[in-house]
Amino acid sequence: MMSDGGFADMEQHNGMSVTPLLELRDVHKKFPGVHALKGVSFNLKPGEVHALIGENGAGKSTLIKIIAGVYDFEGTYLVEGQPAQISSPSDAIAKGVAVIYQEFNIAQDLSIAENIFFGALPHDKFGRVRWKELYRKTSEYLEQVGLHEDPRKKMRFLTVAKQQMVEIAKALSRNAKVVIMDEPTSALCGSEIENLFALVRKMKSRGVGIIYVSHKLEEITELADRVTVFRDGAYIGTDPIAVLDEKAMISKMVGRELTNMFPKRSAHRGKLALEVKNLSTHKVFNVSFAVHEGEIVGFAGLMGAGRTEMTHAVLGVDHRMHGDVSIYGVPLPPNSPVKARKMGVGLVPEDRKKDGIFADLSVSDNMSIVSLDEVSKFGVIHGKDESGKIDSLIRKLTIRTPSARQKISKLSGGNQQKVILARWLLKKNLKVLIIDEPTRGIDVGAKAEIYSILNELAQQGLAIVVVSSEMPEVMGVCDRIYIMAGGTITNELQKDEFSEETILSSCIDIHN
Amino acid sequence: MLCKRVQVYDKQCQMGEIVVNPNVQEEKKNSGRLHGRLAKMAESEHAALLLALLVLVVVMSFLSPYFFTQHNIMNVLRQVSLQAIVAIGITMIILSGEIDLSIGSSQGLVGVIALMVLNATDSLFMAFLAAIALGVFIGLINGLLVTKGKINSLIGTLGMMTIIRGAAMVITSAKAVQTPLKSFKVIGTGYWGPFPIPVIITVVLALLFYFILHHTTFGRYIYAVGGNGEAAKLSGLPVGRIKLTSYVLCGALTALSAYILASRMNSGQPNAGVGFEMEVIGAVILGGISLTGGVGSLIGALIGILILGVLSNGLILLNVSSFWQDIARGAVIILAVYLDTYRRGKQQQKLVQATK
Repeated sequence: MMSDGGFADMEQHNGMSVTPLLELRDVHKKFPGVHALKGVSFNLKPGEVHALIGENGAGKSTLIKIIAGVYDFEGTYLVEGQPAQISSPSDAIAKGVAVIYQEFNIAQDLSIAENIFFGALPHDKFGRVRWKELYRKTSEYLEQVGLHEDPRKKMRFLTVAKQQMVEIAKALSRNAKVVIMDEPTSALCGSEIENLFALVRKMKSRGVGIIYVSHKLEEITELADRVTVFRDGAYIGTDPIAVLDEKAMISKMVGRELTNMFPKRSAHRGKLALEVKNLSTHKVFNVSFAVHEGEIVGFAGLMGAGRTEMTHAVLGVDHRMHGDVSIYGVPLPPNSPVKARKMGVGLVPEDRKKDGIFADLSVSDNMSIVSLDEVSKFGVIHGKDESGKIDSLIRKLTIRTPSARQKISKLSGGNQQKVILARWLLKKNLKVLIIDEPTRGIDVGAKAEIYSILNELAQQGLAIVVVSSEMPEVMGVCDRIYIMAGGTITNELQKDEFSEETILSSCIDIHN
Repeated sequence: MLCKRVQVYDKQCQMGEIVVNPNVQEEKKNSGRLHGRLAKMAESEHAALLLALLVLVVVMSFLSPYFFTQHNIMNVLRQVSLQAIVAIGITMIILSGEIDLSIGSSQGLVGVIALMVLNATDSLFMAFLAAIALGVFIGLINGLLVTKGKINSLIGTLGMMTIIRGAAMVITSAKAVQTPLKSFKVIGTGYWGPFPIPVIITVVLALLFYFILHHTTFGRYIYAVGGNGEAAKLSGLPVGRIKLTSYVLCGALTALSAYILASRMNSGQPNAGVGFEMEVIGAVILGGISLTGGVGSLIGALIGILILGVLSNGLILLNVSSFWQDIARGAVIILAVYLDTYRRGKQQQKLVQATK
């Protein structure tokens, strides 16, 4: 219905004729061996939020990179109805396209002002920077996005949410007409997300077109005007949000009805597995909690509430100042992640790429790395023992890889996550599994699989800690939830007390 | 540099049947036996390097009639064995994500100390023991600076490099230490059958450390620690211990190489090994060891050493001045790394595109 620019105007419900800010027609993108985009068409109107959804690998990122001028392609690219030659990112920027990537392009040690005007600092004819003008202009843009910070402040001292606002201010400063946001809320929580939405609506009201990529369907329902769905590089369709509910979106994305994301839990609490008493590091204060055999315990909280730092405190990655950690009553010595591993405590970290995978190693090497000492004598590995178990775990967790020898970096995010899970499952004496953001950046299908794996593990008697910023996730997966704020635990909720309102209000209480 | 080599030629003598590059053949056979599937991968990965080595050998054989004689081939192998032994150590350190610039200076100090102990005790064993002990000690200091002191290894070992060189000069007042003991020369200049003893030592060590890198927990941890230190730490791998062990092993291997060098020169030279670190590091990088850590293989590193060794030898035979040799070596390293970066870039592109 939108393959032709002439007809695109007519489909406006209000009858007004509007030229799309940006339009792509019949775009193909082929990589060696992969047909990544198969005849995709897409347009963006002024003042609309256009959501792109699809499972990982569906082609969203490829389309974004084509729009941003990172990739070349076959097809037509129109800007405000005129054919445009976009062959590099700077071409796209010149046409008013700004991209806010999942991992921001930030110079951490430069000031907010320098980041906003990166490459376009106001200067005199001798090349000297006009600092006063720079700071004055920066303040104006910060005002527009509602960020009250000193323009001289270094980026590294800002929270992720604030850094993102700076990125948006940067887009505004460049007079961007098209703003692409890739998973903008993946690192935000509660009030920060509300803030971001308000900002998006403000840009929208000024006629900026926003391309919004997200896995979080409830956000899309709230924010988007139209939704385009991709599946396996194919264009599935574009619909106004009014005619799509979450169920319809999911079934379009996966090509099937997804009935039950969260498996039914029948928790039977066993012995006390992990006990943390008055634990303090320089980042968390006086944290006490307990996890029993067969239990999945959640940690909710805002970004920066100290949840990841809590996991580091338990493992001994951060220096322990006070408190005790014990595993089945045996004290875990401080400051030794090696001891924690040997005593059967495993961590699946938040940032898979940075802290989880060994990108240059194979799937099997990634899996066996924490349990090598179990299959070796005097440091010499007898390889036969491990390979059988690795193959059976690959089958059991349905890790999609051509072979165990495949480099892990060639797998999709969901499959990488399963490999890191398998890494700990390979360990014979695993007692406590801590998972930080189990499904960040993972598509819907793999999410459901990971939930059911966690459920099964708990049923087998493992004690599991789940740190998550996704409300439905903590509520759906966990038996009990601890709420953290300001580096300490502020509340504990039992299953019958779970509700988004209670959790959110506990998150925010101390924060403000 | 040139003088050292010429001195060595004079001491060569003829022996036995003709063997072409026993090092390379040994390694190929060995890897095939140890690990069939891995060897296949390694072979394809090293195909370009081996081809380069082959082309170099063929070209040099045409340019100099003397090049492809048994005498000269053994000479090249003896020459590169000094670097190859250290290359094994530095490969482990670079794989673990660190660097060691002090290996050249260590060669100087270890040689001097070995000769002083030899002269004081008249015992080859004590001299050898002192050399290895000093190497281990230097490795330990380097390793502690990096793991406990949290000092960037480039800076820490740069400091150690000048300290050690200074110490060698102070101890000897910058004069060589000689020995009247005839038997000292054997390890550096002797033969076992047709093979120079240092070559035998190198092959044995190469086999041993190939096994360590591929079939022990220590070896597998090295790749993990160098590939992603943060992930290694969070997974509870003994990051500090792995790095420290690599430094100690590299220190010991460097000391062994220094001892052989001193034996060949029949003296301890306080300025031995100047620029040696760059030769060895350059060669292993040429052999595909990534400076960022976690990527590369010992086989590749040793082929890199052979390529630079053959190149140097050929240029000497062709009477190219030592200054031009330096320029040629540098150019080859830059070219090789450029080609490698280019190849990796292509691969990366494919990878990014394939996974989107």
